[in-house]
This record gives sequence, C-alpha cells and structure tokens, in this order.
Amino acid sequence: MTFFANIYELISEWGPNLMGGLAASLQIAVGGYILGLLIGVSGALGKIYGGPVLKWSLEIYTTLIRAVPELVLILLLYFAGTQLLSQAFMAMGYGRVDISGLAAGIAVLGFVQGAYSTEVMRGAILAIPKGEVEAGASFGMGSFKIFHRIMIPAMLPLALPGLANLWLIITKDTALLAVVGYEELALVTRQAAGATRYYLEAYIVAGAIYLAVTLVSNQLFKLAENRVTRGRKSLASGGA
Amino acid sequence: MGEWYWLPDYGWRFVEGIWVTLELLGIALFFGFLLAIPIGLVQVTGPRWLGAIARGYCTMIRGTPLLIQLWLLYYGLGSLFPYFPELRNSFIWPILREAFPYAAFAFILSVAAYEGHIMRGAFASVPKGELEAARAMGMGRFTVLRRIWLPRAIQNVLPTLAGEAVLTLKSVPLASTITIFDVFGVGGIVRQETYRIYEPLIFVGFIYLLITAVLVVLFRWLENRVPSANRA
Repeated sequence: MTFFANIYELISEWGPNLMGGLAASLQIAVGGYILGLLIGVSGALGKIYGGPVLKWSLEIYTTLIRAVPELVLILLLYFAGTQLLSQAFMAMGYGRVDISGLAAGIAVLGFVQGAYSTEVMRGAILAIPKGEVEAGASFGMGSFKIFHRIMIPAMLPLALPGLANLWLIITKDTALLAVVGYEELALVTRQAAGATRYYLEAYIVAGAIYLAVTLVSNQLFKLAENRVTRGRKSLASGGA
Repeated sequence: MGEWYWLPDYGWRFVEGIWVTLELLGIALFFGFLLAIPIGLVQVTGPRWLGAIARGYCTMIRGTPLLIQLWLLYYGLGSLFPYFPELRNSFIWPILREAFPYAAFAFILSVAAYEGHIMRGAFASVPKGELEAARAMGMGRFTVLRRIWLPRAIQNVLPTLAGEAVLTLKSVPLASTITIFDVFGVGGIVRQETYRIYEPLIFVGFIYLLITAVLVVLFRWLENRVPSANRA
C-alpha cells in the first residue's frame, strides 16, 4: 500500500528532524511545567495566606489568563515579553540581546500554566486538615519544614490528578508555539508535510508521536499516584 | 495606552469575526454534544467492542493537539480529495474547497471526545436503583434514557460541561491557522495592515473575556433552571 510506503519514506527522511522537534517540544513542556508549578505553589500560598492586594492581583492573574485563549496569550507574551526584555537590557546598557525561542516559550507556557496550577494547588492546600499543620507546628517545625514534611505529602494525592492533567495540556500546548515560528514538533511536521507532499501521512505520524507521549505520561502518573496514595487506597480508587 | 485609531476602520470586520467565532463554537458544542451522548453511553452500557472503540476514540483525540487534528483534516484529508475526479463534479465539491467545514468538523470531533469522556462518568454516576425503578414502572430502554438517565447524567456534570464550553471557545483561534477569519484572524489582519502588534491582540483578548463572561452567565442560568442534585 502506498500509504505505508509513504510513511516509511517520511520517517526515513524526516525521522531525525521529527525527533528533534519532539525533543524541543518536550524541553519546553518540562520547563514550562516546572515554572508553572513554582508559580502555582507560590500563587496558591499567596491566595490563601496573602494580604488583600496580593490576593486580588492573583485573582486577576488567574481569571484573565484562564479566560483568554492560549494562542492570544502566547502571541502577546512572546512578542511583548521578548521586546520588553531586550529594551530593558538596552536601557541598562548591556546592548542588544536575543532572547532564545526556548526561553521565551518556556516563560510563556509556564506563565499560562501557572494560573491553572495555582487553582489546582489552592484546592489541594485547602483540603489539608488544619490539625496536621498545627501538629507540625507544635512539634516545633518551622514553616518551611511544615510545608516540606506535612503539607506536600498531604496535598499530593489530591493535587496529582489535576497536575497530571496540566502536564497533558502543556505537552499539547507546545504545538501552539508553531504559530510563532518556534521549531517544535508541530512546525517540523508542517515542514515535512510541505517538503514531501505527504500531508496526511505527516500529520498522522505527528499525531502518533503526541499520542505516545500522552500514553507514556499516563502510565508514569499512574505509578506516581500509586506511590503518593500509599495507605490511602480509598482515595486512589475514587480519583480518575 | 497604545494607539487605537485603527479600531473604527476594522469595527465591522471584528463584528464579522465575532460571528464566525460564535458560529464555530455553536456548531461544535451542539453537534459535539449530540455525538458525546452515544460515545459516553456505549462505554457504560454497550457491547464491549463498541465501548472499546469509543474509549480508543476519546484517548486518541484527547491525546493529540487540536492543532494537529485541524491540520490533518484540512491539509491532510483536503490534499486527498482532488485525486477523486468524481468528487470534483459532485455537489459537495464547493463545500470541500472551503476551510470552514474542516474547522467545524475538527471542533465537533474534539468536543465529542472531551464531552464523551465526561458523559461516560456522568452516565456511570447515576444510581442504578433509579434506572431499575424506571424499568419497573414499565418504561422502555429508550424512554429510561430520555426521561431518567440522560437528564440525571447532565444534571451531575453541567458545571464540567460549562468549563468544557469555555475551553472550546478558547480553541477557536486555532481555526485562523487554516485561513478562517474568526476574531483572532481579524486581529491578525489588523496586525499585518497597521503594524500594531499589541493593541489588536489586547482587543481580541478583551472580546474573548466578554464572550467567556457571557458563556459563564449562560451556563449558570442553565444550572439554576435545572434542579441540582444536591438541592433535590
């Protein structure tokens, strides 16, 4: 069948490029995810324990980001962010700097994910029984130790399904960076499709790669979920 | 705050863009939900092979970016049609040449998968006793579905469906990558013709905020009309 012959030809010619695209996508996804988590944890703590000004600014951040399409945000932050940053560097006398697409992509996707992360984390932190935190304090633990030893283990089982979901979303959202011309998997696929003229086959291959990433991630998160819900089997079976 | 002199010139095009966006959203949500009902249902009650197909479909669509699906349909499938000369002369050829049907189709398929996944959980969450009671009252299987199972399932997941609707709205700008001029696409025209980068994007973002707000209010109104499972 010509279909499979075309796919074989496509993979043998463009395989390395596609894998390079996948690597770029994953790099951005991992970086953005970690940045999103950091924003999420601090945002959630700020929303719960912060003063009114902090609470309100975080509320505006999460509401705005979650109501505006990712594509608009990516264009806006990608262009505006890189321009503002290089202007700032110019003003400080460092001369022109080029912000790498990788850094910009990670920053943009991380900033967007941070809004969703904040909500996931907030829900999980609020669900921690107060007594556990107080017990930690009464043992003389400092606030960092309480966070690290008590809050994180208590909230992870609740947060993990949401966090897994966010990871799947960010791996798929990396494809949006194709629109600003960043060479990740979707853009490389587009180039491969244009060069070989095997449009259908190229997008099917790309879809299969993304699907493989999703399926592998699902398995890994299932393992992680089993681990953090040790001794809480009722919770684990209640989740997705 | 920026320069907005271009806004009056493009006002009407933005209105058209909003219409295209709403049209795509409406079509996607309506037909997507119609497909989601059987997709969810067969995973709960249907023959095993049908459930497996539905589950595979959900996994496939939910596991790949919508952008890739869109390009697969428009560039991939669209590139095959010219090889069939019979199609060229048929009445559907004018439709196949437009970008809009491909976008609508892609969004419908996507909504069907995401909401199908939600509906599976919704159907499964309706207490068995209620369905058995309905059967005992002499309702046929289809009547049970129409009068008890489906309404109860929707009632449970209406807030989730509302969230899904907002997510769908936010994915409509992807259609602009296949030459459709939705709000985002019109913003792109302004950007190209006036060389203003931020103002059109901010304006598009603002329109989206408004549409999202309307959508949220609409669903809240719907939720209030449906007696909630907790209050009943």
